[in-house]
Amino acid sequence: MKEPAVLDEKKLIAQEKMNNPSLMKTIWREIKHDKMAIGSLVLLIIILLAAYLSPLYIDQVAQQRVNFFNNWKPPSAEHWLGTDDGGRDVFGQLMLGTRNSFTIAICVTLIAGVVGLTYGLIAGFYGGTVDNVMMRILEFLMVLPSLMFIIVFITIIPNYTVVTFILIVSIFAWFGKARLIRSRALQERELDYINASKTLGTPSLKIMFFEMFPNLSSLVIVNMTLTLAGNIGLETGLTFLGFGLPSGTPSLGTLIAFARTPDIVQNKWWVWLPAALLILVMMLCINYVGQAVKRASDARQRLA
Amino acid sequence: MLKFILRRTLLMIPQIILVSILVFMLAKAMPGDALTGAFQGNPDANPEQIEKIREKMGLNDPWYQQYGRWLGNAVQGDFGQSYVHKQPVTHLLAGKIENTLLLSFFTLIITYLIAIPLGIIAGRWTDTWADKIIVTYTYFAFATPIFVFALLMMFFFSFILDWLPYSGSVDIKIETGTWDYFVSRARHLALPVLSGALISTVTTIQYLRNDMIDQKLKDFVKTARAKGVPERKVYTRHILRNSLLPIAAFLGYEITGLIGGSVFIETIYSYPGLGYLFIQSIQTRDFTVVTSLVLISATATIVGTMLSDIILSIVDPRIRIE
Repeated sequence: MKEPAVLDEKKLIAQEKMNNPSLMKTIWREIKHDKMAIGSLVLLIIILLAAYLSPLYIDQVAQQRVNFFNNWKPPSAEHWLGTDDGGRDVFGQLMLGTRNSFTIAICVTLIAGVVGLTYGLIAGFYGGTVDNVMMRILEFLMVLPSLMFIIVFITIIPNYTVVTFILIVSIFAWFGKARLIRSRALQERELDYINASKTLGTPSLKIMFFEMFPNLSSLVIVNMTLTLAGNIGLETGLTFLGFGLPSGTPSLGTLIAFARTPDIVQNKWWVWLPAALLILVMMLCINYVGQAVKRASDARQRLA
Repeated sequence: MLKFILRRTLLMIPQIILVSILVFMLAKAMPGDALTGAFQGNPDANPEQIEKIREKMGLNDPWYQQYGRWLGNAVQGDFGQSYVHKQPVTHLLAGKIENTLLLSFFTLIITYLIAIPLGIIAGRWTDTWADKIIVTYTYFAFATPIFVFALLMMFFFSFILDWLPYSGSVDIKIETGTWDYFVSRARHLALPVLSGALISTVTTIQYLRNDMIDQKLKDFVKTARAKGVPERKVYTRHILRNSLLPIAAFLGYEITGLIGGSVFIETIYSYPGLGYLFIQSIQTRDFTVVTSLVLISATATIVGTMLSDIILSIVDPRIRIE
């Protein structure tokens, strides 16, 4: 008697999976359906592969070596995108910069995601006074001029490194996420499965992270993809202003920061223009993929 | 109604106090204090004497006393001395505030001049070629970081086409008050304003478009159509009246966004406003100026958000219920 029951269950699960494809599958289907999205994804993967595999074809030590006899050379066969003020190859700088900028944006997005998620889940799950107090704090944090605060923090912190940079930016990057998660968690907590789980005596933390969170995961993934692009913009922007990565760690912003004197903007465009365009292309690609992911997470908007 | 406004205004007070404490803490964490600038590079400065003056100026008092004094002065418009420029911060700010306000004001106007018509077109004629172009534009504007866009605008209009100046707020050697002065100012404002405005239209266009699409399906619109109201009037009298009002309320939030954006725009175009001053001051470690600017921006943001909340509650009474 036991055997068929087990089989039956497996079948049911399989059936269920057919009817409710996983989020990843839906996202993939949605991207495949949209030619622009698939183009963006491919382009993004090519850029990232070129950047992350650059150690294979770029000698990093030679790349960072300064050679003043070779500076400000226009694009040529030897230096595809010319050289910068220290005679370094701009193409190499571009690849290193892309790698650094992207890695940092990923770190910031993940840290901000975890903090925002935890904050939002706690506020939304408990509701009432806890929610009230946490939301007042959040409202206060959201009215701070974050760009100015980030710059001030970066200037006054001793022993400034890439890690501190990531932490400082992350401190100001989770507010919107927390508010979004909280409003969804508030709706979720009214549902029966949460009440049932509470009645059964499941620990609150377990309900939050193992029962509520899976139902919010699509929201989190959509939001993280879209904020990833924003974080690349923020990091490169800060580096452009001179408050980003410590010197010696090239970012896309470092190259764009050369465009601070009219002479370079006009006559040495090969130093900064490729980096500016690359940021633009990456942001557009990530956003396009993000839009497809967003559609996939909401059945009403799906195209496929 | 009055109760809501009063409550919302009262909520602002703890926010401003908290911000000022936070800013004060930051100021204390910054290297140097009110005396650093005064004795910089002065070999005759005697450490004992400096200590005496410190004591007299109250720099050795507990932090809450110093905070009270600092806030009291700030409220009266005294932000202390700039170390670098050796003059009161208030003097330094006076001219710049005007420039930034001018820039923000025109950016806002142009933003709405572009965004409202485009939003209406996209919302009314959904899925036409015009709508598709507008949606593509918002998509680009949403994805583009403001500093990259401002740089590309500068490169294109000032360097390739050589139409507009790329730095400053007015040509030197032009007398104030003349027609030439006015033209020069306008030409210097054009690029910063356009760079900011073309990017910040996104939220308004998207909001208008989505809201009009939602409104179109509502019963009151169907009723109006069934009554035989001309199509044009269905939009102007019925749909737009609902969709446009919240836009007025977003004004306060827009101002908040402009403060952050102005740092990039003003730095790129070397426009002598508060954002550029902020970057310059932090580069020269002129921390009294930095502190004052952070405090001013934070207060402006808080007041802007409050204004938006209040306008929104007037426009949409449902919000007041809470």
